[in-house]
Amino acid sequence: MSGPTVELTPDTPSSPPPAQPAAQPRPSVARRIMQHQLFWPVVALIALIILCGIKNPTFLTIELRDGNLFGQLVDIARMSATPLLLALGMALVIATGGIDLSVGAVMAISLAVSLTYLDGAANPGSVSTAAVAVLLGVAVALAAGLFNGFMVSVLGVQPFIATMILMVAGRGVAMLITQGQITTVTSAPFKFLGSGFVFGIPTPVIIALIMLVAVAILVRRTALGMLLESIGINREASRLAGVQSRNITWLVYIVCALLAGLAGIVYGAPTMAADANNIGLMKEMDAIMCVVLGGTALSGGKFYLSGTVVGALILSTIERAVVIFHIPSQITPLFKALVIIVVCVAQSPKLRELLRDGAAKLRPRALPEVAS
Amino acid sequence: MTTPDTQAATPVVEMRGITITFPGVKALDGVDLRLFPGEVHSLMGENGAGKSTLIKALTGVYQIDGGTMTVDGVEHRFSGPDEAQNAGISTVYQEVNLCANLSVAENVMLGHEPRTGPFISWRKMRRQAAENLARLHVDIDPASRLSAHSIAVQQLCAIARATVRDAKVLILDEPTSSLQKAEVDELFQVIRELRDAGVAILFVSHFLDQVYEISDRLTILRNGRLVGEHLAAELPRRDLIGLMIGREGAALDAIERGAQQAFAGEREGVTPTIEAVGLGRHGRIEPFDLAVQPGEIVGLAGLLGSGRTEAVRLLCGADRPEEGTLRLGGEDIRISDPLVGLRNGIAFSSEDRKREGIIGDLTVRENIALAVQTVRGVWRPVPRKELDELVDRYITALDIRPANPNQLVKNLSGGNQQKVLLARWLATAPKLLILDEPTRGIDIGAKTDIQKLVAELAADGMSVVFISSEFEEVLRVSHRIDVLRDRRIVESLTNGPDVDQDTILEAIATKEVA
Amino acid sequence: MRHSKLGRIAVAAIATLSLATLTACGSDDPAPGSTGATSGGDKGGNIKVGFSQLGAESGWRTANTESIKANLTAENGFDLTFVDAQQKQENQIKALRDFIDQDVDIIAFSPVIETGWDEVLQDIKDAEIPLVLVDRTVDTTVEDPYVTWIGADFTQEGRTAGEWVKKNHPDAKIFELQGTMGSGAQTNRQEGFREVIGDNVIGEASGNFTRAEGKAAVEGALAAYPDMDLIFAHNDDMGLGAVEALEAAGKKPGVDVKIVTVDGVRDGLQALHDGKFNYVVECNPAFGNQLADLLRSVKAGETVPKETIVIDEAFDQTITQEFIDARTF
Repeated sequence: MSGPTVELTPDTPSSPPPAQPAAQPRPSVARRIMQHQLFWPVVALIALIILCGIKNPTFLTIELRDGNLFGQLVDIARMSATPLLLALGMALVIATGGIDLSVGAVMAISLAVSLTYLDGAANPGSVSTAAVAVLLGVAVALAAGLFNGFMVSVLGVQPFIATMILMVAGRGVAMLITQGQITTVTSAPFKFLGSGFVFGIPTPVIIALIMLVAVAILVRRTALGMLLESIGINREASRLAGVQSRNITWLVYIVCALLAGLAGIVYGAPTMAADANNIGLMKEMDAIMCVVLGGTALSGGKFYLSGTVVGALILSTIERAVVIFHIPSQITPLFKALVIIVVCVAQSPKLRELLRDGAAKLRPRALPEVAS
Repeated sequence: MTTPDTQAATPVVEMRGITITFPGVKALDGVDLRLFPGEVHSLMGENGAGKSTLIKALTGVYQIDGGTMTVDGVEHRFSGPDEAQNAGISTVYQEVNLCANLSVAENVMLGHEPRTGPFISWRKMRRQAAENLARLHVDIDPASRLSAHSIAVQQLCAIARATVRDAKVLILDEPTSSLQKAEVDELFQVIRELRDAGVAILFVSHFLDQVYEISDRLTILRNGRLVGEHLAAELPRRDLIGLMIGREGAALDAIERGAQQAFAGEREGVTPTIEAVGLGRHGRIEPFDLAVQPGEIVGLAGLLGSGRTEAVRLLCGADRPEEGTLRLGGEDIRISDPLVGLRNGIAFSSEDRKREGIIGDLTVRENIALAVQTVRGVWRPVPRKELDELVDRYITALDIRPANPNQLVKNLSGGNQQKVLLARWLATAPKLLILDEPTRGIDIGAKTDIQKLVAELAADGMSVVFISSEFEEVLRVSHRIDVLRDRRIVESLTNGPDVDQDTILEAIATKEVA
Repeated sequence: MRHSKLGRIAVAAIATLSLATLTACGSDDPAPGSTGATSGGDKGGNIKVGFSQLGAESGWRTANTESIKANLTAENGFDLTFVDAQQKQENQIKALRDFIDQDVDIIAFSPVIETGWDEVLQDIKDAEIPLVLVDRTVDTTVEDPYVTWIGADFTQEGRTAGEWVKKNHPDAKIFELQGTMGSGAQTNRQEGFREVIGDNVIGEASGNFTRAEGKAAVEGALAAYPDMDLIFAHNDDMGLGAVEALEAAGKKPGVDVKIVTVDGVRDGLQALHDGKFNYVVECNPAFGNQLADLLRSVKAGETVPKETIVIDEAFDQTITQEFIDARTF
């Protein structure tokens, strides 16, 4: 990889020392924290938790019961697992400038396949049967991802439309699998995926964390993350630089669908009911919301997995806060919308600019002597 | 600069001392333009000379900061395109600016639909559209969808639309860029008829042959200033090109040309790094031959739109050739994709830095690493240490400022962005480096840096194809110069003491297309 | 369109559509096995019935279909043409026209949506074929389009649940687990319930008729309403979710916190039998026998009431395992 330019310009001894400290002075630590894209989402999350804690002190308590963690905050972590799994994949898709509307339907399909298999299995309670069920569910999700990726990257169908096909048809497929029935099965090992504990931590949380680490490694320990960002930022420039956007785009839709399949299993495992019409309903919107709350732009480009985690936590905390604050059911959607609007507006670069300008204008007026 | 034969008539449009300032730049500086009824007037100048700014001033898209503008003897200050239209000035833009999904009639009559009360009278509309088209000898069904017709017919529809209101002035901005020869003839016939009917036509084209075929008068701009107004018949092509590109370019201190010019002839029998034989793509570039030897810099000279970019895009996989063969180190190769090009040691730096070069929201480090990374493949990331060394080396070697690899590349100046791109391509250790306008729009310091770098790279044995609109620069850098006109290579010059700008101009102006 | 085992009608029929949407509930004879036994008076010649079911979107609907098929048999004096519309109105309209062409004695159907029936209803009327609406109603400009409607109403279900609470736990502090907001089942069950014992409701949250969300809502309620001691869930599924949440929090469902639900699907009744639910108001899809009686009356030209609302069955913990095992839905 060494270019031929090593000793290219030996006649530039006066060039400044490479890299590191930028020419301009570093902004203060406080300012850097303020300007971090995660600042407002984290503030919102903490504020929500504190408000819930004030309203109801037991909210903040976490107790150990039979060696397992219990409490509202643990609930929130567990509830965040499903949206997080969806949002991890969604973040990658969105980074390429695409979108995957089918994740909710894929959840329904994979759960339907898993539970229908368990339902027909001779020994649904055995670990190996449950493992096969999970594998089958994920395999079907893989097929869905292959389809989405094919539509988008090979046929060039707009992602919104391409994935809407499965979003609409997917539930029909799930209905076919369950034959319109809500298949209910009993399988302890399968149920464990949704409501069990590992080292005292809820299994869904563990699964989500493992997937978070796996995705982080996939995108940040390889060049995948950078390349899919470059596709999202400037597709043509990326192409000319040799980025194989077709393969990468395809891969990303597959990853997204796999995670959605897993999310379906984790979501449905506690109740073991393959409710094809309702599992994952509107969950694609939740996933998109988590990604956006985390600071990733829908237009593609830079994506933030850590932000996505915060986004998922905010979403679950809002869900819970609605009950804690005794908000009447009729206005809960309004409450959720308000919180999300506040976070999004606080993140808006325009608003920050306005605030900065405003502050800059105020400053000299406030300190005239110093300014002169 | 005075022009005879006009004293008698009064101009329909007279712009005087037009000045337009964009933040930090004077886009137009005291430019005059006169348009007489019944003439075809060509606005000439290189890219960035201010042609389109002047047109936009005339059509009310931009507000003028200084100067006066009279139409039919009445002073105007248009605050929007509508007002210009109402004053009788119509425009047909380069890209056909119509709605392909609507019918021909709707497109032609858009904004002037005949109405009965609040309702559009569709029948009347179709009839009026047909009448308007008939004037231009276009006989198509006004109810058909616009997209069903060829680009040429669409272009005529656009003209029909522009002349729905009896236009006094018709502006045609690059109307022929996507037309075939026969279609151009047809268009010119229409233009002549409109001219004979007394319309003043302002014509903009990069094709010199066409300019001379159709124009009565020329106004030449350079760097936002008026260079002169001439009758087409009285201004030889060579002089026109000279006026367009100016001679001040020489102010740039030359790199010693002697060293490079010794190159040619020494390497008879050496296998070229790359060799194109009859490579071409319909509508973009006529089949051409091109060979670049190791250590050789081949300059491509020609006006914008002459096919320079189109030619090199076929060499690197940016576009796929439709005919001809490409040989790499003497062996036939098909380069179907830029990645194949890069893997075979061909790097292409596009002229469109923003759209086809930088990945704005990625850092300098990532931008430099990009091509190296794609050559290695997604799953083999460049190890961080190696990457940092690489990036540091190029930041130092190319003097990229600020020397901060974590800076987003969009925040760098144009020159530094260009250096980042050079670093990206050089990092792949290419055998052939194609630079399309690498010095456009960057400051003089960066420009000389890049020219020097190119010379050094070639001295190390790299083959380079160098494109620039500045002949001075091409002459300074290249060993050999291929001259293009109208999408063909018309001449191949070996650089030497006897080759200068005039030689290139001569080739562009006079060399017959084979 | 959706009707989770029962209450879920709502999701489908979202707000506007479903306000008038009713599911049939209740049955004189809750044991589905026995429904076919009701022998009608054979009045000579089978009654030709065309029945258009809206689809098979839920377990409740399937059970409803089975019950109808099991009762409108040749032995019972019917000649049934059954057509599944797969939740498409055009299919249903086509089926209705076919019925007219076949000149059946009676047409019965469960409309997939409320509106858009004017033309075909007029045709049926012109053909002088009596029309019986099942489970859901229509909104039409045709005058007097049907002779009778059979179904049940959610409000009564809510009332029944409320009355049990009032009688057995008059001081209960109730957390209401609502179905999908705006659905007919949610609106009407809530209305009926609160009519009776609204003052005792200390909190509410929507569980969207699903177990998972019902569970989440109750998890929150445990912190938000620590003194709640009774949960009224708009369907069994959410009640089952509540059971999980309570157990996870170390409380005994049915004892520490009582649970009252509407539905009566097998899983729900099992929970009742296991002592985790305290009271279940049934919404029984197996009303084929009642429909059969009604059709016979119509055919005989007897005056039938405009509406047949079946009386709700309800169960407490005395329910037997045999009864549950016989449940088909």
